Amino acid sequence: MSILSYNGSAMVAMKGKNCVAIATDKRFGIQAQTISMDFPKVFQMGPHLFIGLPGLATDTQTVMEKLRFRKNLYELKENRHITPTVFASLVSNMLYEKRFGPFFVEPVIAGLDSKTGEPFVCNMDLIGCPNAPEDFVVGGTASAQLYGMCESLWEPDLGPDDLFETISQALINAFDRDAISGWGATVYIIEKDKITTKELKTRMD
Amino acid sequence: MASVASPSFPDYSTQAPTQHMFSPYADNGGSVVAIAGDDFVIIGADTRLSAGFSIYTREQNKLFRLTDNTVLGCAGCWCDTLTLTRILKARMQMYEQEHNKTMSTTAAAQMLSTMLYYKRFFPYYISNILVGLDTEGKGCVYSYDPIGHCERASYRAGGSAGALLQPLLDNQIGLKNMQNVTNKTVSLDRALAVVKDVFISAAERDIYTGDKIMIMVITKNGIKEDSFDLRKD
Repeated sequence: MSILSYNGSAMVAMKGKNCVAIATDKRFGIQAQTISMDFPKVFQMGPHLFIGLPGLATDTQTVMEKLRFRKNLYELKENRHITPTVFASLVSNMLYEKRFGPFFVEPVIAGLDSKTGEPFVCNMDLIGCPNAPEDFVVGGTASAQLYGMCESLWEPDLGPDDLFETISQALINAFDRDAISGWGATVYIIEKDKITTKELKTRMD
Repeated sequence: MASVASPSFPDYSTQAPTQHMFSPYADNGGSVVAIAGDDFVIIGADTRLSAGFSIYTREQNKLFRLTDNTVLGCAGCWCDTLTLTRILKARMQMYEQEHNKTMSTTAAAQMLSTMLYYKRFFPYYISNILVGLDTEGKGCVYSYDPIGHCERASYRAGGSAGALLQPLLDNQIGLKNMQNVTNKTVSLDRALAVVKDVFISAAERDIYTGDKIMIMVITKNGIKEDSFDLRKD
């Protein structure tokens, strides 16, 4: 089996009207054995910017620290926060540097542009090929299930409350059909003047 | 063309014997969805028959009428589907002539399981979903793995987009992870709408599902056929 499915994960990000949401499961396991149920895979990289790193857990942490380092250097050099589009290029570049010995993560990025407030979602494969669509992105071992859920639940111009309900239902029902992801979930709703973090209670089996 | 098919490099010839490879299976894709209600059952399958990046036909029916109230939906290796359904129909005809009655849905479901397990070590590579009305007239759905494991359910998705469709059915038909909902029975109109919706979603992301869906609605009045266009790219 692929090293990308060694630990198991499910992640999704969606655009709404003047808001974006990113949601993740909380499981950390080794193949079928669950080790912990509060493993962070989504990280804040700016006031309106989050990145999720589903895939091999060790690389989740390594890539997160490397990205935080590069983001900090950018902020010190430029004396301003990094925009989601620039951050996506940074991630893509960093992953492609390891084209022939990659980090086994498939990043999911969600954020609002600090100037325009424009919603932005983006995902990548493990060597940094970016994809920034108009609707939603998914990642992790439950990605097939997530595509099925999102494709029928998502609609344009959802407000923050409807977006929360949509992304939660999409994630929970998707990872309930995946044996190696789930065990609790966290949803981040990003608005211009507010970030809401919600912990979801899910079935734990 | 001949030189491309079998290039000859005399300088590099070896003593090793030439190896030939034959794969007895093909994955021809396709998806099947079934939903059972109190007095009906519906089954839908897309009509795309494909292999890799090529489409063989856009109008291949994958639903097989076994009796007046039993239908089988198949996705996977098409040659195995043809063989299985041919033998299945023959066995059902033999049953009819021996017992002087048509096979019940439950009996057909059990026989399908036995026939699949009979080929345990050279299986039919098919996702089967068998639907019909049971002896009480209730709708039932039986799903199978390729070697005959059988489970009765009230809704099921199978085939190439099975992973995309099943969580959606869990949510919309099984009402999983929903609070403050009581209505557990699904109406025929609702079931039809959900089947069409989930296939539209599957056709967006699964390249092996598309073109059209054939739907069969089974009630005590018999089988009604319907079709619905999907995207063709």
